[in-house]
Amino acid sequence: MTSTALYDVPGPLTRRRHFVYGLVSTAVILALLGWILYLLFDTNQFTAAKWRPFEYEGIQELLLRGLGNTLKAFAYAAVLSLALGGLLACGRLSVHRPLRWVATLVVEFFRAMPVLVMIFFIFVALKVQPLPALVTGLTLYNGSVLAEVFRTGVNSVERGQREAAYSLGMYKTQVMSYVLVPQALRAMLPTIISQLVVALKDTSLGFLITYEEFLHAGKLIAGNLNYDLPFIPVVMIISPIYIGMCMLLSWFANWISKRQKRNPKTEAVEVADAEPGTLLPGVGPQV
Amino acid sequence: MNVLIDNFSLYGEGLLGTVELTVYASLLALVLGFVMASFRVAPVGSLRVFGTVWVDVLRNTPLTLLFFAVLLGLPRFGVVLPFQLFAVLALGCYTSAFICEAVRSGINTVPTGQGEAARSLGMTFAQTLGDVVLPQAFRSVIPPIGSTLIALAKNSAIAGSFSVTELLGVYKPLNEMGYSIIWSFIWIAVGYLIVTLTISAIFNVLEKRYGVAR
Repeated sequence: MTSTALYDVPGPLTRRRHFVYGLVSTAVILALLGWILYLLFDTNQFTAAKWRPFEYEGIQELLLRGLGNTLKAFAYAAVLSLALGGLLACGRLSVHRPLRWVATLVVEFFRAMPVLVMIFFIFVALKVQPLPALVTGLTLYNGSVLAEVFRTGVNSVERGQREAAYSLGMYKTQVMSYVLVPQALRAMLPTIISQLVVALKDTSLGFLITYEEFLHAGKLIAGNLNYDLPFIPVVMIISPIYIGMCMLLSWFANWISKRQKRNPKTEAVEVADAEPGTLLPGVGPQV
Repeated sequence: MNVLIDNFSLYGEGLLGTVELTVYASLLALVLGFVMASFRVAPVGSLRVFGTVWVDVLRNTPLTLLFFAVLLGLPRFGVVLPFQLFAVLALGCYTSAFICEAVRSGINTVPTGQGEAARSLGMTFAQTLGDVVLPQAFRSVIPPIGSTLIALAKNSAIAGSFSVTELLGVYKPLNEMGYSIIWSFIWIAVGYLIVTLTISAIFNVLEKRYGVAR
């Protein structure tokens, strides 16, 4: 247990008390799990009829195709939003005032707008196909958040670094690309990856605009009367895969964060924790 | 422009739905998040594990999947509630994971010495928690919670696609009545901007009033 300001190191009496609490709470949690399991059995979720569809190759292919479509949307959205984020960050850090204003307006607008509204707008009003609509919506949103992440990263590099670079006679672009951005990227890598987790999670919004992704495939199977409407089995198969993918990426962000904190190259900048970019205008990610 | 004036009550209803959803889900998320945070810093191992699993799973769950599972799944167990309540449940549980992390990291920013000093003055656990630790944690917790609640307000749009009355759902009847889709979306966007900017204004005031001096 990490030490907090809340408790002293427990003595023998307290340890015994905590042990009793532990037993009681374990019992309660196990009872809760047992109750859920009982409910599942009670409503016949484990009958063979409901699980048989997953033995069929056609259905496995349907699920895999859905998963592939999800990953495809994620790949497009990730690459494009990184590019857009870089572009908007350049705008926000520019010394030209009009450019800065335009970039700020774009970033603040798309950060305040629900990503689903953008996706629906592009899908319904502009009559775009589901995949480009989904990717565009995700790109606009995550790109704007990433722009703020990049900007915070560049601004969080110690001031002496920039001053030293300028006093060596470097140009503005050189200072940025050789001194500030490499350090900022190292510091912000955990946040950037965590933001990509958000993008991966949000690809599931494609389900709402009939993009044939993972959840969509699940719904097709769940609605099949021949298999006794296997809704719960479908959820039990889809969620671990979906959540597992996101967890893997989150753990990767955490690992990078720990690694970069030990890296001597990040001495002049504080490495962020693995948390997605903040949405509160004017406040940087929590360092 | 006509779209808004002709359908003011429709838009009003939608905005009200979004605000209601946001407020109720925020309350649930704050309470649940606080409980989970206290589990995660508790000296009892099994509670810590429970809190960690809760946070790790919910933080990595796509919200659409959660809505899908809650709104269409719970009725299979005979749990029949109004859709709005299901939506509040899904949104609240999802957001509670983020609130929990914000609160926990807030508690962890309080130096250990503060608690030791409080205890050596003879303060009880309740006093240490209520008078020393939480007030200091509260200060550093304001911006992340604000950010989380803004995300919650925006996520409530998903509920509209699961037939809960809220702002984004307004476009459908307007579309059927033949109004310009672009304009109906512009007013929906304005509605969301009002909600999210209000939340961020509230939290900026809180931050100015109580935040840590930087």
